[in-house]
Amino acid sequence: MSELPKARVATASLAGCFGCHMAILDIDERLIELMKLVDVDRSPLTDKKRFTERCDIGIIEGGCCNEENVHVLHDFRRNCDVLIALGQCAIMGGLPAMRNAIMHSDAPLRECLDEAYITGKYIRNTTHNVPNDPALPLLLDEVYPCSQVVEIDYQIPGCAPSGDIIFDTLLKLLTGKFRGFEGDMIRFD
Amino acid sequence: MSGTKRETGFTFTIDGVEVKATAGMTIMEAADEAGVYIPRLCDHEGLRHQGSCRVCTVKAGGRSVAACTQPAAPGQSVENETPHLTKMRRDLVEMLFHEGNHLCPICEASGNCELQAMAYRLDMTEATRFPYLEPCRSLDASHPDIALDTNRCISCGRCIRASQDVDGKGVFGYVGRGIHRRVAVNGENLADTDAEATDHAISREVCPVGCIIRKRVGFAVPIGEREFDHGLIGHEIEEKRK
Amino acid sequence: MDNGYTAANGKRGPSCDVSPVPDGEIEDICSTYGNDKHRMLDILREVQDRYRCIAPATMDRIAAATDLTRIEVEGVASFYSFLSLTPKGRVTIRLCDDIVDRYAGVADVVSVFEEVLGVSLGETTADGAFSLEYTPCIGMCDQAPAAMVNDVVLTKLTPESARQAAEALKAGQTPEMIVSNRFDELSPRERVLAMVDNNTRHAGEVLLGPVPEEAGLTNALKMTPAQIFTTIEDSGLRGCGGAGFTTGRKWRFAASERAEKHFVICNADEGEPGTFKDRVLLTERPHLLIEGMTIAARAAGAREGILYLRGEYAYMRAYLEQVLEERRRRNLLGEAILGQKNFSFDIRIQMGAGAYVCGEEGALISSCEGLPGEPKTRPPFPVNRGYLGYPTVVNNVETFCHAARILDRGAAWFNAMGMEGSHGTKLFSVCGDCLNPGIYELPYGHTVRELLAMVGGLEAAAVQIGGPSGVMIGRDSFHRRLTFDDLATGGAIIVFSGERNILEIVDYYMSFFVHESCGYCTPCRVGNVFLQKAIGKFRSGHANPEDIEYLKDLSATIIETSRCGLGMTSPNPILSTLLNFPLVYSATSRPSKDGIRDTFDIQSAIDSARKIAKRRSYIFDKDFTQ
Repeated sequence: MSELPKARVATASLAGCFGCHMAILDIDERLIELMKLVDVDRSPLTDKKRFTERCDIGIIEGGCCNEENVHVLHDFRRNCDVLIALGQCAIMGGLPAMRNAIMHSDAPLRECLDEAYITGKYIRNTTHNVPNDPALPLLLDEVYPCSQVVEIDYQIPGCAPSGDIIFDTLLKLLTGKFRGFEGDMIRFD
Repeated sequence: MSGTKRETGFTFTIDGVEVKATAGMTIMEAADEAGVYIPRLCDHEGLRHQGSCRVCTVKAGGRSVAACTQPAAPGQSVENETPHLTKMRRDLVEMLFHEGNHLCPICEASGNCELQAMAYRLDMTEATRFPYLEPCRSLDASHPDIALDTNRCISCGRCIRASQDVDGKGVFGYVGRGIHRRVAVNGENLADTDAEATDHAISREVCPVGCIIRKRVGFAVPIGEREFDHGLIGHEIEEKRK
Repeated sequence: MDNGYTAANGKRGPSCDVSPVPDGEIEDICSTYGNDKHRMLDILREVQDRYRCIAPATMDRIAAATDLTRIEVEGVASFYSFLSLTPKGRVTIRLCDDIVDRYAGVADVVSVFEEVLGVSLGETTADGAFSLEYTPCIGMCDQAPAAMVNDVVLTKLTPESARQAAEALKAGQTPEMIVSNRFDELSPRERVLAMVDNNTRHAGEVLLGPVPEEAGLTNALKMTPAQIFTTIEDSGLRGCGGAGFTTGRKWRFAASERAEKHFVICNADEGEPGTFKDRVLLTERPHLLIEGMTIAARAAGAREGILYLRGEYAYMRAYLEQVLEERRRRNLLGEAILGQKNFSFDIRIQMGAGAYVCGEEGALISSCEGLPGEPKTRPPFPVNRGYLGYPTVVNNVETFCHAARILDRGAAWFNAMGMEGSHGTKLFSVCGDCLNPGIYELPYGHTVRELLAMVGGLEAAAVQIGGPSGVMIGRDSFHRRLTFDDLATGGAIIVFSGERNILEIVDYYMSFFVHESCGYCTPCRVGNVFLQKAIGKFRSGHANPEDIEYLKDLSATIIETSRCGLGMTSPNPILSTLLNFPLVYSATSRPSKDGIRDTFDIQSAIDSARKIAKRRSYIFDKDFTQ
């Protein structure tokens, strides 16, 4: 196995809670084994903000709730041979996507922001304003799963996925042995 | 269905396994007794068969039929777990996920949910091609002991039949048509009905998802010890054969 | 068509309890129908007609009178389009929004009604005078655009005639007055003819040519039931509603079932868009129809029959009641028919209330039983256990008429017409882009091109055979024959010229199925919504080439797993156009570049945020300057 050239892997966290990246750490001591197979390029784990070269695998946590998420996802798709959606938010929008269903007014985004920053029962916002710094990316009209924005090659389910399923899937993909998940490994929670 | 009328007994096969049946038995009833699991959501032990979720679709004599309502026929050869049927069933389960708002990570039923467990069994893990309908549905927390989160309802109607036939009440019923058809309660809200937390219709086994919630008992069982943490849905039936 | 999900959000509309229904009135209505839960549809229709809505408090009272729960009453009341849980206007105007009516300019007619009555489509005026809404095909495609104003039908509407009608209504005239100012003096039959033209373009030998009175029934009364089945079987008659089951065998199966009672039901619920043949038979040959039902009753041993008339044809009801009454008077219905002591038979009319799926045999029976129009689990089949659990013969209007003629002229006469496997004549209701829309009675076996020549539609680019649940064919298939074995049809032939947009037609047909699915089974309830959304992507240029495979794949799942014929045929508009008009799909789809989906529209996704934040996108607005 050590004969293989190392694969380049990149990761990103979009509209998620960073829990899936934490779950990567749940691979525990097997990370040492995994690191023998991969170099990590762009990733919060390396703090590299840009791709240094084309990657074999891109791992995406979180769905798309704002324009920056879309931009990053496009960048990953262009720079990675294989793109993996990691966790429920990347796969189906997850908790951020709850706003898609609860807002059915004529101006859903306005209503969402108002409730989050002004009118919500438990809000203590002394400015009574919705934050609008020019540095803030524009929100999307709804939260999109990654597969609606770009083509996704594999999905690893879970909220967050277990260290086991992440390790197992990556190892199999890196060695060309991935044939789908074992039924008892799949979890949506 | 006891074996008193032995003369009416016959056999047929499911995926090549010989299965015994008596006249009047459905394919699924015979399969369950023989330890062959046919996936199902709207069907539940002790309730009338409805044949609405279509997850139990099998091929019998070359025709696709719902195993829960189709009578078994002597000598028939039935296909159950073929790649083709598993694909159809996965499509149906995925439709149910996309029709409502199913957020497993925040659902009390996660780990005990038959819809989720069916998705595991049928390997619903590829990127979806179906749109999410994301309907705006109501919560009904009016009852002191029971809450309804209809975002999670899959219209299986098990609560309707359990309430009518087992509890003798009629707390639930279908209203509307087409994509707007849904399970509703017999009154303005649940507090308006004679529903009680001890009703069979309210029990955990009847609602396959997290729509009917008994208040104050959520998340009582830790992850790892929930119903489908122990094995794929249907494994109890399959173990009968081993 | 309404496909939004707001209706399912549990919000309640305005209550109708503003003026409570006086004590006893609801109970009186229920007792008119013997407080029988099986007559629920009649009870609810009457409540709707009288109070213009079925309020929660009313449902409680109906439930009490009929020994049901309120949710059971609500299940029925919320199923049918013509029943409403929120108040409707004293006059409800329902415009037919079939694709043929759209192409005939119904949108302009709607604008006129909106303007004159001061009400938007889908709404009711504040004073409760008028409601304006769309409804699927009302069976008037040969005289589109058409509308129902309460039970009155207006046809061939133009913006001018719509303005006159709307102004008359606004001035307080009754809908009947719009049809004729001496409407009251007309006979029931004259009223029907004043509202709707028959447009019989070609009368054939069997149904629309000269028909002697009661000749078939007279012969049948001299025959044994077995002789009747044999005659019908020998004639080769097959069901004319679309499915084509052998009629004689159906009767034989029902008769051979031992039971306390048997029933005969006539399916006059023709709801397939573009179909209006039964409308013409009901108007022109009602006696022949009842004669056919009576013969079936004689053969199957039935004492009771039901004529299930679609809600859209309520304008014919009084006329048909008169026909039944006349036949009772002439001893052609009732006790000891024509002096035969052991043969009694009578018929009641069951009105539908706006539900296409009730044309499905099992759903029709459910509806007759006072239930939501949901198909029944098969087996058992209706001939074994149908209406109220008794063996039941259900046939189409045209089938009963044919049967009566076969008993008159004999099996050989009928069998000699048409082709092998498709004997006799068939009524074709032709509409759309042709010179002579209307009814053509022809022997089976004509080619589509021959029919198009007759109707003045040779310019056609596409023809929809059998309505949305049938197939759409192009010019390269006009040599195909109208038979059960080639192009089977319940009778609808819709002609489209080269100017029509195929995807628009498909989109309309899918919206029709979404609207009309009963919702019982998953694939039909949910899958058709997905199909319609996918067609929307093609129409808006947001489809990938892979979406073509997706359409086929999803269609296959719906067809294979659906519970009844509606779901088994609802993908047909897509599948037949994919097959016969593939360029329409390939030309409107575009592939992803570098794995990035063109189908995701970032500009529209950030548009509302741009407006709220009052700034442009640093990333996606190309002309962005700080």
